Amino acid sequence: MAQTITEKILAFHAGLDEVEPGQLIEAKVDIALANDVTAPIAIAEFEKLGVEKVFDDERVLLIPDHFTPNKDIKSAEQSKILRDFAKQQGLKNYFEIGRVGIEHVLLPEQGLVLPGDLIVGADSHTCTYGALGAFATGVGSTDLAAAMATGKVWFKVPETIKVVYHGKPAPWVEGKDLILHTIGILKVDGALYQALEMMGETIDTLPMYGRMSMANMAIEAGAKNGIIAPDEITLDYVRSRAQRDYTLFASDPDAVYCKTIEIDASAIRPQVAYPPLPDKSRSVDQAAADKIEIDQVVIGSCTNGRIEDFRLAASLLKGRKAAPYMRLLIIPGTQDVYRQMIKEGLTEIFIDAEALISPPTCGPCLGGHMGILAAGERAVATTNRNFVGRMGHPESEVYLSNPAVAAASAILGRIATPEEVV
Amino acid sequence: MNTIQGKVWKFGDDIDTDAIIPARYLNTSDPSELAKHCMEDADTGFAGKVKAGDIMVAGKNFGCGSSREHAPIAIKAAGVACVIAPTFARIFYRNAFNTGLLILESAEAAAAIEAGHEVAINSTTGTIDDLTSGQQFKAQPIPDFMQKLIDDGGLMEHWRKRLAS
Repeated sequence: MAQTITEKILAFHAGLDEVEPGQLIEAKVDIALANDVTAPIAIAEFEKLGVEKVFDDERVLLIPDHFTPNKDIKSAEQSKILRDFAKQQGLKNYFEIGRVGIEHVLLPEQGLVLPGDLIVGADSHTCTYGALGAFATGVGSTDLAAAMATGKVWFKVPETIKVVYHGKPAPWVEGKDLILHTIGILKVDGALYQALEMMGETIDTLPMYGRMSMANMAIEAGAKNGIIAPDEITLDYVRSRAQRDYTLFASDPDAVYCKTIEIDASAIRPQVAYPPLPDKSRSVDQAAADKIEIDQVVIGSCTNGRIEDFRLAASLLKGRKAAPYMRLLIIPGTQDVYRQMIKEGLTEIFIDAEALISPPTCGPCLGGHMGILAAGERAVATTNRNFVGRMGHPESEVYLSNPAVAAASAILGRIATPEEVV
Repeated sequence: MNTIQGKVWKFGDDIDTDAIIPARYLNTSDPSELAKHCMEDADTGFAGKVKAGDIMVAGKNFGCGSSREHAPIAIKAAGVACVIAPTFARIFYRNAFNTGLLILESAEAAAAIEAGHEVAINSTTGTIDDLTSGQQFKAQPIPDFMQKLIDDGGLMEHWRKRLAS
């Protein structure tokens, strides 16, 4: 029977020749991860189970990235739970401050998540790793606790929606814009319980950072996972980083999909998703015409916190300054991204632009710390969610965009097109 | 005890996990702390108004967004006995079962039942009685595998039994 890439990875990990949508399987996990918000509950559940050791001390990953550097006593207590557990279990992949980065930027960069893997993470944006050709999905803390203990997790095999992108994207159009446009079509529950497989000539030439932005936001359409078949671009990224063997899977040409969506990528303009849902995407031209004044710009996050994202932002900010009263925050996704920013002179461009450079953290993306909005304030952010109160006060607003639109908006003090600046 | 009866609190479509429990309060996982801020950004003061045994009725895609298990924990700790919606986001759906929060899928009930109505639910049969309007609804059956996990006492109890045998 012809299979999709998602079905093949699930079947492989369940020890089956094939699976079909709707089938319940118990699958072996390659990686189970959690952060400082979700791990404390997972660790408490794990300890209730009465199991001495995690299933594999190299494959249970703890990444304290949300409220770190710890902003208060409560969050310090949360992080301490992770640290104590990592010490007690001898976890090989616990990331302390100074090594830690935003989990979904860090783990691909470090070669800890690989093509063909089955990955569960107690974080909804775990779906990012689908960009590598892995099956990766977010779970809650209790599901993660069971996976930490047993190395297994149950799944209902999802149907797959195929999204085919044609044509060459116009200047300033990024992976972020392709996925915002796609979520605008699907809506926030358009892929509920389903896999989202992205392909086509546009994807064939899309660099890894753009693919990661896309897979990252599959959850914003409700999808179980987003996935892109691995190719030469994937292998170029993975080869030098992989710390173990990996397997390449691809969908059969006659695999069955529940729905196919065709998108002309050449016709898309940079997108801006209006509050309060990621599916409220419009063209940046519309947003610029709406004359939306803003107070803060955040460039970073698991969606757009990679070196290429900062090169793009720097290309606009070079020789320019953030508008008066604008708070421009630059958040490199990892220490390696930060180091590379320094080497390439990007940090100097940002400092000259009067941006504040934050250490790697999820920080303001979830309204945690490091740049919270007051009532009535508006931000443009390269993050993934613009729900009510997401970045602070329930009466503040978040507009989602790519790093070029965010940089242009920071310079002009309102949502702006990159063309208005260069 | 399979029967639940309580007053209905109504919410719209796509209620996300940031509305259920804003991330600014996720520097703790203490259920009683989380309960104080339950639904804060969707209905200010909800935590102070809701009574133990009350029922939430919401629109489609309830619980979308984050994987935070704090969301069903906060709802349960606030005293809510059941959430009825046409559909639930998939991570929230799993988390609700894993944390013991009763959730029922019924598009008809979610559309017809109004705020303030008194509703009785039989969690075994999935029957929803709107005592105020006199209407009765039947929720979607719980998937067999989920039912087996519930019968086992939840996911962790299921594993505890398996690992002990």
